[in-house]
Amino acid sequence: MSFIPEIFYDLLFDYTLRTVALGSATLGLVSGALGTYAVLRKQSLLGDAISHAALPGIVLAFLVFRSKAPLILILGAVLAGWLGTLFIINIIRYTRINEDTAMGLVLSVFFGFGLMLLTYTQRIPDARQAGLDRFLFGQAAALLQSDIITMASIGGIALVVMALFWKEFKLLSFDPEFGASLGYPIRKLDILLTTLIVIAIVIGLQTVGVILMSAMIVAPAAAARQWTNRMHIMVLLSALFGALAGISGTIISSLAARIATGPTIVLSISLIVVISLLFAPNRGLVWRWIKQLKNRRKLELDSVLIDLHTLASQHGDHTHSHSRQVIRAMHPGDRGTLHSLRELQKQHLVVEEPKDQWSLTESGWKQAQEIVRERGKTQ
Amino acid sequence: MTLQQIEIQLIASVVAVACSLVGVFLVLRKLAMASDAISHTVLLGIVLAFFVVRDLNSPLLILGAATTGVLTFAFVELLTRTRLIKEDAAIGLVFPALFSIAIILISRYITGIHLDIDSVLLGELAFAPFSRMILFGMDIGPKSLVVMSVILVVILAFITLFYKELKLTTFDAGLAASLGFLPGVMHYALITLVSVTAVGAFDAVGSILVIAFMIGPAASAYLLTNKLAMMLGLSAAFGVVSAISGYWLARMLDSSIAGSMATMVGVLFLATFILAPERGLVAKFRREERQKWDFAKKMLVIHLLNHEHAPNYQDESKIEHMHKEMNWTPEFASRVIKQAVQSRWIQRVDGRVDLTEQGRQIAHQTMES
Repeated sequence: MSFIPEIFYDLLFDYTLRTVALGSATLGLVSGALGTYAVLRKQSLLGDAISHAALPGIVLAFLVFRSKAPLILILGAVLAGWLGTLFIINIIRYTRINEDTAMGLVLSVFFGFGLMLLTYTQRIPDARQAGLDRFLFGQAAALLQSDIITMASIGGIALVVMALFWKEFKLLSFDPEFGASLGYPIRKLDILLTTLIVIAIVIGLQTVGVILMSAMIVAPAAAARQWTNRMHIMVLLSALFGALAGISGTIISSLAARIATGPTIVLSISLIVVISLLFAPNRGLVWRWIKQLKNRRKLELDSVLIDLHTLASQHGDHTHSHSRQVIRAMHPGDRGTLHSLRELQKQHLVVEEPKDQWSLTESGWKQAQEIVRERGKTQ
Repeated sequence: MTLQQIEIQLIASVVAVACSLVGVFLVLRKLAMASDAISHTVLLGIVLAFFVVRDLNSPLLILGAATTGVLTFAFVELLTRTRLIKEDAAIGLVFPALFSIAIILISRYITGIHLDIDSVLLGELAFAPFSRMILFGMDIGPKSLVVMSVILVVILAFITLFYKELKLTTFDAGLAASLGFLPGVMHYALITLVSVTAVGAFDAVGSILVIAFMIGPAASAYLLTNKLAMMLGLSAAFGVVSAISGYWLARMLDSSIAGSMATMVGVLFLATFILAPERGLVAKFRREERQKWDFAKKMLVIHLLNHEHAPNYQDESKIEHMHKEMNWTPEFASRVIKQAVQSRWIQRVDGRVDLTEQGRQIAHQTMES
C-alpha cells in the first residue's frame, strides 16, 4: 500500500491529475445535488434524454460563434437541452404518447440531428471540429483549469439558486398539487428546476460524455436515498457521493494505462450504489435480512414459550416440567427446539431439569402470558 | 443510382422495418426507454462474447449480446423488486454501468480490430455494402442485409404467430394472466427480440439510429390509428420513408447517414404531431376553437329562451346590450351573434335578436342534457 501517499501527493501537485480530479468532483457534486430532484420526481431518465439532446446545441453554438470557449458551448448545450425538455413536456401534454416514448424520441432525434451537424461541420474547411466530439464520450484528461473555473462557477450558481428556492422545490417534488393550492407558481418553478438540472448535466458532458452522464444524475441520489428520509441530508449525501465518485474514479483511472476516466467514475458511483443498497441502515438489503432472521428467531422462541405455557396450564402448575420430545411434538418439523430452549434458558425464562425435562420459570410464565394476550388482541 | 447506394438504402429500410415493428410494442407497453438501455448494454455482450470466440463475425456475438440485453432487464427487475429503487432510476443505473464496463474492456484489452466505440454509436452504413456474405463461394449480398433480413423474418414470424397473445398482454396484462396467457413470458420474448434486433442493427446503423427507428415511427403511427395491425403497418412505412429520405438528406449535406435518418424520423414525427387528423395539434386547436364558439352560441340561445316571456324581453334581446348581458366583450358578442344567425338559431329583428324554432329546440336540448 506504499502507493497511497504517492496518489495523494500527485493529487495535490500533479497538474493534470489535480485538474481532472477537481473537475470530476465538481461535476459529481453538482449533478449529485440536483439529481436528487430528478430521482425523487421519477424523472431519472430525463437526465439521459437531456444529455443527448444537448449535442446539437453544442455544435450549433460552435457553428454560429466559431468558438470552442467552454462557456459558449455550455450555453448552446443548455439551450438545446432545455428545448428538448420542452418538447418532451409538450408531447406528453398534447398527445397520448407517454413520458418514456417522448423521452426516447427526443433523445434519439436530437442526438441524431447533432451527429448530422457534427459531421457537416467537419466538412467546413476552416472549422475543424476537433474538440467537439469529446462531448460524445467525454474526455476528462483534456480538462483545463479554465474549464474547471467555468464548470464551478456555473454549477455554483445553480446550487445557490437551488438553495434559494429550497422550500419551493421541496414542495414541487413531493406534492405539487398542494403547492399549487397554496398559490405557488408551480409551472414556473418546474421550468426553473428543470433548467438547473439541464445545467448540472451540461457541465458534466465534457468529463464523462453524453451516454454516461445520466448515471451521474441518477446514481448519487439513488445511493443517498437509502441512507436517509430527510431531504436536506439526501441532497448533501448525494453531492458527497457524486464528488467522491469523481475523485476516486479519476484516481483509479490514473493508476493504469488506457482506462477512460468517465466510465471509471460511473463504475465508482455504481459501486457506491451497490454498497448503499446492501448496507444502508433500515432500508439496506443486509439490514433487512438480519431483521428477518431476528424476527424468525423471536417467533420460534415465542412459540416454544407458548407451548410450555399451554402444557403447564393443562397441569395447573406454572412450573410443571415436560420432556423435550413433548415440546417438539407440538411443533412438528421444527428441529431447533433444543436450540430455542437453550436460548430461553439463557434469558432465565425456562430451566432445565434432569432427564431433558424443561419447565417455565416464574418470569417465563409471565412473559408467555403476555405473548398469549398480545396475540389474542391481534387475532 | 449505383448498386452500392441501392444496397445502403435496402439495408437501412430492412433495419427500419425490423426496428419499427418491435418498436410498436415497446411504445404501447411504455417500454420505449428499454430500447435505449438495450442498445447500449448489448455492447458488453458483444465484447464478452468476443473474448470467448475471438472472431468479430461469429454469430455467437449476436447470441451473447442478446443475452446481455435480456440480463439488463432481469437486473432492472431485480433492483425494482427490492423496492429500494424505482424502475426508471433502476434503468438509469444499470445501463450506464454495463456500458462503462464494456468501454473499459474495449479500450484496455481490444486494440487493432474493428470494435471502436464511435462506430457502435454512429454505425457505418456507408461501409456496410463492403462487408459481403459469402455462402458456398457465392456472394449473396452485404452481410448486414442478410443478417437483418433473417432477423426481420423472425420478427414477422413472431408477430404473426403470437399476434393474439401480444395484443392481449400489451393492452390488458391482467386479463391475459387470468386467461392463462403468460404476460411475463411475452415480456421477455419481446425483450429478447428487441435485443436481437438491436445487435443485428447496430453493426450497420449504430445504437442511436436503432433507438430512433424503434421509437419514432411507432410514436408517429400511434397518433394516427387505434388499430394494432394498422399501427404496425404505418410504423413500418414511416420507418422506410425516414430511412430513404434520411439517406438522400445525408448525400445532400454530405453528413452522417445515421444522424440524417434519425433527423428524418424526428421531422416525420413533428409533421404527424402537428398535422394528424384527429390527434394532431392543428386538429386539436381547431376542435377547441369550435367548441368555444359552440358553447358561446348555446349560452346565447339559452339566455334568450330564459327571457322570452319576461316583461323586459325587449331590452334583454337588444343586440347592443348583448355583450353586457352575457358578460362578453362587444367584439366577441357580435361574432357569436353572427355565427348563431348563420346557423339559423336566431334571427335579427330590428336591432334585436329572436330565437328561431331550431334555436329554441337547441336551447331546450342543451339545458336538458
